Amino acid sequence: MDFVTQHPVLVVSIIKIAIALFVIMTALAYLTWFERKVVARIQSRWGPYWVGPHGLLQPLADGIKFLFKEDIVPPTADKVTYLLAPFLALALALTTLALIPIGPASIQVLGQATQLVISHSPVGLILLFAISSMGVYGVALAGWSSNSKYPLLGGLRSSAQMISYEVSLTLSVVGVLLLAGSFDFYDIVGHQAGHWVHFFPRWEIIPQFLGFICYLTAAIAETNRVPFDLPEAETELVAGFHTEYSSFKFAMFFMAEYANMITVSCLATLLFLGGWLSPFPPPEAGSAWHWQLYLPAAGLIIGGIALIIGGLRSVQWNAKAVFPVLGIVCIGVGYLCTWASVMPVIQGPFWFLGKVFLLLFFYVWARGTLPRFRYDQLMAFGWKFLLPLSLINLVATGLVVVLRMRS
Amino acid sequence: MSVAMLVFIACGVIAVLGAIGLILAREPVHSALSLVLVMVALAVLYLLLGAAFIAAIQILVYAGAIMVLFVFVIMLLNAGVEVRTNLSRMARWLGIPLAIVFLVEMAYSLVHEYGQRAAAAGAVAGPVAASTHDLSVKLFTEFVLPFELTSILILIAILGALVLAKKEA
Amino acid sequence: MVPISYYIILSAVLFGLGVIGFVFKRNIITIFMSIELMLNAVNLAFVAFSREFNQLDGLVFVFFVIVVAAAEAAVGLAIIMVIARNRKSLNVEDVNLLKF
Repeated sequence: MDFVTQHPVLVVSIIKIAIALFVIMTALAYLTWFERKVVARIQSRWGPYWVGPHGLLQPLADGIKFLFKEDIVPPTADKVTYLLAPFLALALALTTLALIPIGPASIQVLGQATQLVISHSPVGLILLFAISSMGVYGVALAGWSSNSKYPLLGGLRSSAQMISYEVSLTLSVVGVLLLAGSFDFYDIVGHQAGHWVHFFPRWEIIPQFLGFICYLTAAIAETNRVPFDLPEAETELVAGFHTEYSSFKFAMFFMAEYANMITVSCLATLLFLGGWLSPFPPPEAGSAWHWQLYLPAAGLIIGGIALIIGGLRSVQWNAKAVFPVLGIVCIGVGYLCTWASVMPVIQGPFWFLGKVFLLLFFYVWARGTLPRFRYDQLMAFGWKFLLPLSLINLVATGLVVVLRMRS
Repeated sequence: MSVAMLVFIACGVIAVLGAIGLILAREPVHSALSLVLVMVALAVLYLLLGAAFIAAIQILVYAGAIMVLFVFVIMLLNAGVEVRTNLSRMARWLGIPLAIVFLVEMAYSLVHEYGQRAAAAGAVAGPVAASTHDLSVKLFTEFVLPFELTSILILIAILGALVLAKKEA
Repeated sequence: MVPISYYIILSAVLFGLGVIGFVFKRNIITIFMSIELMLNAVNLAFVAFSREFNQLDGLVFVFFVIVVAAAEAAVGLAIIMVIARNRKSLNVEDVNLLKF
């Protein structure tokens, strides 16, 4: 306990990191489940159905499968880099999540007031881009160290794609930076507070719509997702840079890709969709009952009731048993959100996670509907269309800012 | 032993080990990775010195773009294993001891000189972080000519690299 | 508080290791990487001094060193690729056509 009182910041940080890691790992696993379900429904089939109620234990089964598979190392592979690449990819993908704030409030942990972010940096945005730009190493080294044709080609293609779209990614964000005037995430989201005409929220997506489109496209290409996933698709180049990887190392690449997806979606909500701000205008001063403070609780209670009804009506015996219990837990958590100490804190994370969820749904939706780009089409699109578009956005935003400053 | 000193010693040791790894590695890819480790350690040292923007630029540009270029070229050119030769007798018996003597003498004089300066001036009041705003004001007012010249320099470099690396048709 | 002399010593050690790599290595890409190591050591000295005298000029100079190193790396690696294509080897001692 002496250590706790002498180093409160360190202990609180460790607690936050532990909670964040646990939540992120669970979110990664269930993101794979969500993706498989949604892509399956787009393709008129069910998706994972048998392993647990509605396939909810499928990620667990996949994880156990990955752990028990034989770990094959190619004999002529470069041992150090072969082992380093997946660790590097996963470590960098998870490190970027330390910079992302999920709410404005500051809560009390162990008697120490702390913000809802692991590391609050005044240059958070550019530090996040710096760490995610190092993700190219994971891919390039994986391709090279396997000492085999297809991984090398896939790795070089994938890393060339990543560095090409990284330029458009960072340029499309500079418009938001010009308007907000700071690299700090709290300042950028603070700039998006308030409403126009009492109705439209001041989110950056409205003035920076072109930037948002550029950002989303570049982000999908940067994380190697459909329609830009030629270097790692199963039907092309065997499996790209992770051909020669098996069991746990392959699982790490997989997790790194989904973690990158989550990071990029979180960044998009912070920069363009207003972060943790609610879209509804705040109630006028004088009205005592703030109805939007009850939205998280209401949402969770309705979700719980839907789970109970869906579970009782379902055909599977395990769904009939598990879903009503989950529904009751949901209603319990919803009731928890109406407590006075929890209610103001839960507002920010509720809206933030809702928007991130919407963006992830968009990602999965794009995967289910769009065909793949060919590699030369992909590179031409990145350099000849997306980069000039981001530059036009940047110049136009700069012009508007300068004209506004002069008047 | 404050936290700053601990971080400095850790990053200093990592940087020196990375530099030694750069020299002693057999494969060029391992040398490149050691250099990336040095750059990341230096970025942490810049953070410790209060230059957060420069630390981010170092990782973003140096470790994330320039070294990726190095790694690409090494992979494309298929640079093989380095041939290791032994140091000449002169280097081994005269060079290394003299280098160590020179280093110790320089370290002593530096610590002596700056230690006295710090003791005379009194303790510096806390870390002063360089704000990005001040840095960019300086960059765009006092140093605007070098800034524009470096942008032309990068354009020349892109054109030069394109022309040089093109295969003969 | 870490005294500034420690940063200068670290910068000197890194610079010295860069010079050793530059002089003793045979692979031209490794020689180039030793040059980058020397530039990094100098950057560290700049940032340390900028903090010591509380001026931002050092940081501006570091910015320019990083940018110029990027341009130099691009052109230098293109030259290396042309040499490797013509001399079929990455050993510095094989680029010896002008020797008599």
